[in-house]
Amino acid sequence: MGAAGGGCLKIAGTIAGQAVPHESAREHVTGDALYTDDLLLRFARPLHAWPVIAPHAHALVKALDFSPALSEPGVATVLTDKDVPGEGDSGSNRHDEPLFPTEVMYHSQPVAWVLGETLDAAQRGARRVSVEYEPLPAILSIEDAILAGNFHSAPLRLARGDASVIESSPLYFQGELKIGGQEHFYLETQSAIAWLDETGGVAAHSSTQHPTETQEVIARVLGIPRNKVTVECLRMGGAFGGKEVQANPWAAIAALGAWKTRRPVRVRLTRALDFALTGKRHPFLARYAAGFTKNGRLEGVRISLYSDGGWSLDLSEPVLSRAMFHCDNAYLLPAVEITGLICRTHKTSQTAFRGFGGPQGMLVIEEILDEAARRLSLPPEIVRERNFYRDGDTTHYGQPVKDAGRIEIIWSRLKESSGFAQRREEIDHWNSRHPHFKRGLAITPVKFGISFTATFFNQGAALVLIYRDGSVQVNHGGAEMGQGLHTKIQQIAAETLGLDLESVRVMPTSTGKIPNTSATAASAGTDLNGAAVADACSQLRCRLAQGAAVLLGCDVADVRLSQGLVFPDAEEHRAIPFARVCDAAYRQRVPLFAQGYYRTPDIHYDPQAGRGAPFHYFAYAAAVSEVEVDGFTGDYRLLRTDILEDAGDSVSPLVDRGQIEGGFIQGVGWLTLEELVWDAKGRLATAGASTYKLPSWTEVPDVFEVNFLERATERGTIFGSKAVGEPPLMLAISVREAIRDAIARFGAGGPVLLESPATPERVFFAVQRARAEREARVSPVGATQ
Amino acid sequence: MKAANSSQSPDFLLNNRPVSVRGVDPQTTLLDYIRAQGLTGAKEGCAEGECGACTVVLVANRAGGSEYRAVNSCLMLAPMAAGHEIYTVEALAAGGKLAEVQQAMAAGGGSQCGYCTPGFVMSMFAEHYRPGRVGPCDPHELGGNLCRCTGYRPIRDAALSLGPAPSGDFLDRLSRPAPRLEAIEYESAGARFSRPNSIEKCLSILAGDPEARLISGGTDLVVESNLRSRRWKHLVSVEAIGELREFSESARTITIGAALPLNEIAMRWSTAPDVCRQWLQLFASPPLRNRATLGGNLATASPIGDGAPLLLALDASVRLASQRGRRTIPLASFFTGYRRTALAPDELITAIEIPKPLPEFVRFYKVAKRRMDDISTVAAAMAMDWDASGRIARARFAFGGVAPVPLRVLAAEEAVIGPHGGQRWNDAAVERVQAALEKTLDPIGDHRGSREYRLAVAKSLVAKFLWERREAAA
Ligand SMILES: Cc1cc2nc3c(=O)[nH]c(=O)nc-3n(C[C@H](O)[C@H](O)[C@H](O)COP(=O)(O)OP(=O)(O)OC[C@H]3O[C@@H](n4cnc5c(N)ncnc54)[C@H](O)[C@@H]3O)c2cc1C
Ligand code: FES
Ligand code: FES
Repeated sequence: MGAAGGGCLKIAGTIAGQAVPHESAREHVTGDALYTDDLLLRFARPLHAWPVIAPHAHALVKALDFSPALSEPGVATVLTDKDVPGEGDSGSNRHDEPLFPTEVMYHSQPVAWVLGETLDAAQRGARRVSVEYEPLPAILSIEDAILAGNFHSAPLRLARGDASVIESSPLYFQGELKIGGQEHFYLETQSAIAWLDETGGVAAHSSTQHPTETQEVIARVLGIPRNKVTVECLRMGGAFGGKEVQANPWAAIAALGAWKTRRPVRVRLTRALDFALTGKRHPFLARYAAGFTKNGRLEGVRISLYSDGGWSLDLSEPVLSRAMFHCDNAYLLPAVEITGLICRTHKTSQTAFRGFGGPQGMLVIEEILDEAARRLSLPPEIVRERNFYRDGDTTHYGQPVKDAGRIEIIWSRLKESSGFAQRREEIDHWNSRHPHFKRGLAITPVKFGISFTATFFNQGAALVLIYRDGSVQVNHGGAEMGQGLHTKIQQIAAETLGLDLESVRVMPTSTGKIPNTSATAASAGTDLNGAAVADACSQLRCRLAQGAAVLLGCDVADVRLSQGLVFPDAEEHRAIPFARVCDAAYRQRVPLFAQGYYRTPDIHYDPQAGRGAPFHYFAYAAAVSEVEVDGFTGDYRLLRTDILEDAGDSVSPLVDRGQIEGGFIQGVGWLTLEELVWDAKGRLATAGASTYKLPSWTEVPDVFEVNFLERATERGTIFGSKAVGEPPLMLAISVREAIRDAIARFGAGGPVLLESPATPERVFFAVQRARAEREARVSPVGATQ
Repeated sequence: MKAANSSQSPDFLLNNRPVSVRGVDPQTTLLDYIRAQGLTGAKEGCAEGECGACTVVLVANRAGGSEYRAVNSCLMLAPMAAGHEIYTVEALAAGGKLAEVQQAMAAGGGSQCGYCTPGFVMSMFAEHYRPGRVGPCDPHELGGNLCRCTGYRPIRDAALSLGPAPSGDFLDRLSRPAPRLEAIEYESAGARFSRPNSIEKCLSILAGDPEARLISGGTDLVVESNLRSRRWKHLVSVEAIGELREFSESARTITIGAALPLNEIAMRWSTAPDVCRQWLQLFASPPLRNRATLGGNLATASPIGDGAPLLLALDASVRLASQRGRRTIPLASFFTGYRRTALAPDELITAIEIPKPLPEFVRFYKVAKRRMDDISTVAAAMAMDWDASGRIARARFAFGGVAPVPLRVLAAEEAVIGPHGGQRWNDAAVERVQAALEKTLDPIGDHRGSREYRLAVAKSLVAKFLWERREAAA
């Protein structure tokens, strides 16, 4: 297995590590890059699907009559549970997501699907399906679910030491934090096209992060073996976790429609439907109690996490686990007790979203540390650094914190490069001259565990094909969603085979090429699939070197492959083309394809005991942000952000920088503007781009410095690199803390309560509270009389 | 389907190729139409003008020639394209060579998933070729495009890296005028689309068909069509009526044609004070402003619209026309109830008039979740004049988002002018205005903001108005 790449020969190191543009950049800018729904025109006489949606958050379906729909012109048929040959359920592990429910579990849940010759016909048809409902009481908030005892699973628990020590700590306090969810808002909404293939099977194009599971669900619904189902994903127009399991139902409906009608069927959710039907980042409620020493050292915490899981289990358990694992962020929790519960509510099924619970867990500990700092009148950054993990520490689940010392290194370098101390002074000065506007500054760290917490997912596979002309096709189990996975794979393959990038073609992800893949998620796409591709390519490289040695008349060990040329070490003038070596190998009856495989070593976790080492390594980073708050309105601006990220030896610096910047801004959205509001009926009131606001370019700080930690080679990973997909999102906590810092400047010290997201409205009222407290201190009640 | 007394056939130039929308349901969006032609570069990300993934450019007149204007193809109906010259992303590298905007976006990491990219490329293309542009491209022109992946920094840098537009066909095209929009009359799938080219013809259509519905930029109406499946039997576009697109300024009045897109107002109102420029910039996004009009904004009578508050503070009037005659009424009496106006069914807004001189001190505030391209939670416009002794001679306080209609708050004006003459604009006066607002405003609470916030922030903005006055004076 070639985690380090090279195999039997030396690697030149000329392509991996280069800042190359996205492998499809040219197609992106010309509009030639195709996404699932762009393929529609390639299908003859496709049908369009549209759901019949329930107008209740919770109700029984008493009767459903679709005959009027069939008389609507252009309606082909209506899909109901009667049409399901297999099991009509798309739920990923508990099978708790009926495709045609008899009990509606969230507002707008589809109860049937209409297929039409045009989308308009399907929509008209759907309006004419008459459904009789018996509305039932709905649980629409975490608090209500707690009161009703409505949970998806038994509580999860993680503990170390004796958390009751906190009651006698010099500083003891309790609190509560509400954390809002987040809509993925991948620009490309969910879509799938399914058809019957030429040999009695079903094929589907699906915008899915997990083609294998999409295949499995289609097979389940149709009651056929998986070898009759092929699922392919060309590329996704963004996913962020939202297409990890939630791509499945739409592909299943398309496949079921194709099965029934023998025609291609297209399902594409409009933005409004995507908002209404698909799960989001879990909203959380945290209740905590913490004890600190006088100088801000954490003695212990007790945290109860409640996530809003929505109607079905989905990925809520691993999301909650990751939240619990990350309640430490970068800090040592000496005594700790964390319990977690997943609330069952009548809402969309909340799901994976970049960070996967980690962000919510971290937000809680950052809240606690900030509150302690303000109660102790210490600068928050001082309290933070006093609690950092040091080398030799272990986490609250017993994993040694590998490279813990990097936290401190990143922290001090970033404070230095961002001019933290000096800016703190400048800001104080500025604030003293501006009574109505205040600036705030904050620095926060990130430590994020890399690997799927379900150990068996940590495997990757590849199939690399070399043709006699020296051109290469690479297949692997990961899907491209914009994160640049295919770019890195192309670099890894080209590097290992000694080719230029153009000779390597990375193929769309297909279950027909690599079976039983893991979802492309958990930031692990490159770690797993990149290592598998490197494994396959090293095998081929070694095979080719054997033949090349004969052709070149040199020692196998001296054969060098680089940029499409093969030559004896230090004798480049004797180079022969790669293609010639391939052709010769073929004639020597050497197989020119290889499978690669990788499994992450040394990870294990015992969920019962809450002990183990679930992560291969930790990714570290920190960010400094500065904001300005308008006290008149609560509006704020992000003025500057500095980031220092430990990406190991980046395989693709341009791609990684993109992940850092993009993840950070997405995190800023989650913590500031993006607000999910459900109305009293359980309908999502912010179900469109006009009511749910993503960051636009004006939210990007004017000064945005992103740097990589140098000399950060990670041992035992592909080319020494580290995952970078998720960790940067949590750097946005620096923005929330900077806003809080600014709010505090309107007041006279003391904690600043702030729900998340910190919308202008919440900031406005927090400023008012801070001002009121200041006035109360200046003129205590009664003193004026 | 029949082309009734066809004036101009519903054809347009798409990437230099003539195409026809004949036979297409008039409420088909231009986006769906071009995608069905196989041009799938433009994407649907929202179908309501918010994401810009569907951006294409059209050629529009500009002094001495023409310019490319980015527009949301999801908010144009296919027949609205008739007579236009439209380019999609596919046209840019038609010869196999990437346009400069494409190179800049590709090389610097401007695309990740790539779904938003064609839209950004088209917005940036229009800005790259903007006649008279000096210096780098203005990233503000990308304000109507959302990207969920990149965090925008590389896109901003791509825009900032672009110099003058290169010579070639795309530049040459701009020395010629844009195509002239002719009248069209079109019927398909049981629905009619008319585009008269004079007020008289338009009024006679309105008088003759009670079901006729006016459409101007379409940025409100097409959203209703896309998201709420609203269907109209007969749409009447005012885009080709010259008189509705005029702008003039005399010693006593500024007259803005009701169908003049907002960005053209900004271009043609050369004497516009900063507050009016800011007002226009805060309004939606660049591609929206390339189509949206004031006539549509006022006729929609949204309580959270941004047009009315400032125009109310400026004492604007609206000019109306019907076959029965013309009239001009103060904007303050135009809004009669929640989304109701003084417009008769057969009547048309022709222009908005703003009296001169403009007030001495005017501010427009837009409070929203996102700073740019968001709908207001509260919009406020305040205007004040002082007499020689420094007492308030005239005050206007107008708000959106605090009542069922855009509101000019007379009680607040009285609180500072009062029966005893004008007062000084100071903290005490602010408190009196706030007390008046407390009594008059009746906001709702919704997903944009709670009732409490709307009320509190409306009051707070009055204090900001005083503070800004002091800053300006200092
Ligand atoms: C993404 C997006 C962002 C937006 N942002 C803002 C914003 O920031 N602030 C804001 O205020 N609005 C905003 N809007 C709403 C909308 O763009 C404006 O109200 C715009 O000014 C409407 O003008 P229009 O020409 O497009 O109207 P249309 O959609 O063409 O028409 C709107 C209504 O007015 C009627 N009408 C049009 N012209 C006339 C006329 N001359 N006489 C009589 N009736 C007429 C039509 O029949 C229709 O009922 C936004 C809309 C979108 C889609
Ligand atoms: S599709 Fe989003 S603006 Fe047109
Ligand atoms: S690159 Fe994915 S949305 Fe912009």
